[in-house]
Amino acid sequence: MAIKVHGPMMSPAVMRVVATLKEKDLDFELVPVNMQAGDHKKEPFISLNPFGQVPAFEDGDLKLFESRAITQYIAHTYADKGNQLLPNDPKKMAIMSVWMEVEAQKFDPIGSKLGFEIVIKPMLGMVTDDAVVAENEEKLGKLLDVYESRLKESKYLGGESFTLADLHHAPSLHYLSGSKVKSLFDARPHVSAWVADILARPAWSKTIELSKH
Amino acid sequence: MATPVKVYGPTLSTAVSRVLACLLEKNVQFHLIPVNMAKGEHKKPDYLKIQPFGQVPAYQDEDITLFESRSINRYICDKYGSQGNKGLYGTNPLEKASIDQWIEAEGQSFNPPSSVLVFQLAFAPRMKLKQDENLIRQNEEKLKKVLDVYEKRLGDSQYLAGDEFTLADLSHLPNIQYLVNGTDRAELITSRENVGRWWGEISSRESWKKVVEMQTSPPPS
Repeated sequence: MAIKVHGPMMSPAVMRVVATLKEKDLDFELVPVNMQAGDHKKEPFISLNPFGQVPAFEDGDLKLFESRAITQYIAHTYADKGNQLLPNDPKKMAIMSVWMEVEAQKFDPIGSKLGFEIVIKPMLGMVTDDAVVAENEEKLGKLLDVYESRLKESKYLGGESFTLADLHHAPSLHYLSGSKVKSLFDARPHVSAWVADILARPAWSKTIELSKH
Repeated sequence: MATPVKVYGPTLSTAVSRVLACLLEKNVQFHLIPVNMAKGEHKKPDYLKIQPFGQVPAYQDEDITLFESRSINRYICDKYGSQGNKGLYGTNPLEKASIDQWIEAEGQSFNPPSSVLVFQLAFAPRMKLKQDENLIRQNEEKLKKVLDVYEKRLGDSQYLAGDEFTLADLSHLPNIQYLVNGTDRAELITSRENVGRWWGEISSRESWKKVVEMQTSPPPS
């Protein structure tokens, strides 16, 4: 197979790439990286991603890292496969790109901190820091107020159709929906409907299915 | 002649100057519209209509309003593809993928520690705020690790995405400008052979020199 994704399915960044491949109905090989053994900081992985972070991606001779750059590459290169994930109009594309940056710059730092404290730490037998949780819940609430206004205007962040801007949120939304943070979604009807819609996509179910193996 | 685009925000903002550098590279005419942040203009309802997060910059071009500096820059490159620096955002999907990868590295790995350092070391003293030594130390360590990766990369290629200056390099200019010229940590950049060579090249571009000039001299009223 030509496409390879290196990294464990538990990683939100790996899930983001796998979900995109599933939306596009593309075949790929998932190559495990043993992070407990520190394999992501050693050769050969470090040649694929010099920052020593998962995922790394290969498509034939092309090697890429950074999950959001990978998903954009997939969506552009395989535009005619599976579900369309990009708007076809340059202005709509620009609006989608704004919300992709909002995810990367604003949502993700808060979402990953909460995910780490509430979901990952207990799995690793570590103690959740309640002060960090409270601080980030407050930040997330304010951010979701802006999302609520946006999602009142359009069904998805980039407009009337599902795009990468929505998909990039899926891993954190998935983890946080299984935690007490869900109440922040539930309190905002448009956000809540959006979260449910994203997590109900067949490609997302397949991604979760894969993460269980 | 097309109507000049509008950029809202002060030139001292790193995100505003990121957009200005791109407009200058692309030879796009613009109007800079001041936003008095000391007076909280960026949190007032009129401004929140164009930038719902109350941050700078905001950008208007004909009937489109955008925010987030890296998205604005991608839009400028797509819309004004045929003018100014034509290769700034690549000319084929593979070049774009490599540029996107390094823009993401900037946004995700380089910007978080470097913006903390810029704020703590360059802005906090001017604003008479107390510096957080722990935060400075942690972020300096993080940034060093990122710069070690850059050092290796820039030993293999002249610029981050390959042999041409692109949006990926440009995105780094605002923070490095402050680190090198506004703090006592310039050696983070200049002591690394390839990173220092790269900084010398990207900061001496006419577009960036013009931005620095705009930052240091008040606009004519």
